[in-house]
Amino acid sequence: MREQSLPIRIQGLTLTKGDRRVLDQIDLTIREPGISMIMGPNGAGKSLLLRCLHGLLTPDSGSIELANRPLEARLHSQAMVFQHPVLLRRTALQNLAFAAPTIAKDNPTELLKALEKVNLGARAHQPARMLSGGEQQRLALARALLSKPGLLLLDEATASLDPASVYLIESLVKQQNLLGTKVIFVSHDQGQARRLADEVIFLCHGRVVEQRSARGFFSAPGSDEAKAYLAGKIMI
Amino acid sequence: MEALREAFALIVGLDADLFEILGLSIRVSLISLLVATLVGLPVGTYLAINDFRGRRIVIIMTNALMGMPPVAVGLMVYLLLSRSGPLGVLGLLYTPTAMIIAQVILITPIIVSLSFQVIENLESEYRDTFRSLGVRGGRAIRAYLWDARYALTTCILAGFGRAISEVGAVIIVGGNIDHLTRVMTTTIALETSRGNLDLALGLGIILLLLSLIVNAGVGAIKEFAKKRQYA
Repeated sequence: MREQSLPIRIQGLTLTKGDRRVLDQIDLTIREPGISMIMGPNGAGKSLLLRCLHGLLTPDSGSIELANRPLEARLHSQAMVFQHPVLLRRTALQNLAFAAPTIAKDNPTELLKALEKVNLGARAHQPARMLSGGEQQRLALARALLSKPGLLLLDEATASLDPASVYLIESLVKQQNLLGTKVIFVSHDQGQARRLADEVIFLCHGRVVEQRSARGFFSAPGSDEAKAYLAGKIMI
Repeated sequence: MEALREAFALIVGLDADLFEILGLSIRVSLISLLVATLVGLPVGTYLAINDFRGRRIVIIMTNALMGMPPVAVGLMVYLLLSRSGPLGVLGLLYTPTAMIIAQVILITPIIVSLSFQVIENLESEYRDTFRSLGVRGGRAIRAYLWDARYALTTCILAGFGRAISEVGAVIIVGGNIDHLTRVMTTTIALETSRGNLDLALGLGIILLLLSLIVNAGVGAIKEFAKKRQYA
């Protein structure tokens, strides 16, 4: 049973690194159940925002609420897939068993099914770190989905992967979203955003510049920053 | 050449004295290693995954203790265990137990320091993933220890290498007493000074072989772990 995580309400979120404000008074409410894509140039603060949402970073100020409850109370109902998957020094199957010990004990066949879902059934007993980059990321996604999260966060999860893995991951993400998991995806890839996003949150210099439907964002961006970004200009 | 031939004859002929010395050496080293591992591994792990005031100082001190001169340790343990020392009543001086105590003091910092480095690297690699998966406490520690098993085994073998080849401390606290505290290294030192090279050479060959086996073991473990991406 997926726990509801909407609305996601972020208020006055500020994060400083050294003397630089990397997230600057972010106010954001996400209500739509579809896939929200966080986009923006390098250093915009996309990944940092995602890490704050996942409780991996503590902001200097501001608050995050999920389904009208503080973030800390909802961390168990979310999962994250990182750009570089960190897998344990065990087999693919053992990696899943470690992440979901209860399932491993009560219903181990579910773990095999989870591997088959990401086309890794035949690799179940191979050391996870010997898998290719795409396979490792698929395993990381399978691991994240084991808990049936209400909120799935993906941080550049398909960057530099083979097209087959990108396709499979995107399909699974869409499928999960249809099953009721809210998805927030950080990506640089405009093609991917066009394929997946229902909503785009555009960040620049640690601020939310735009938040609107993907169709609206790509057809008529409302800010100069977004126009420059979509035009492929170098943004400093 | 004559001495070398005699040395091989002692080994091949399973000379009782030689194997008594070898047995005691291995026993003392293994017990020391066991105690040092039981102390050093938890301490190294604790240092790696916990932040507390003075942690950095403890780490610096542990690293410094790795290079402790064995004779200084021997002298320290001697003063502790000598009749007029604080632990003199225990009557442990010139016993294998005294040698074990000295070796434990020498090896424990090695195990602490090496295991600390291994676990700290793993902890920093796994930190975000474990937080994301909600893995903490004992479960996280068990995972670190299990996933670092090959690297930790090489740390422990390094400790054994130090123990088996140690001479300075054990000669001071053991006294190199025949049939009681005489181990390979102290016998080699004594017999060489006496000009009795066959026994010294025989033990030297065994010591070299042991060192070779330990190093080959370390290499094989590293190679296996690397091949399986478990390193």
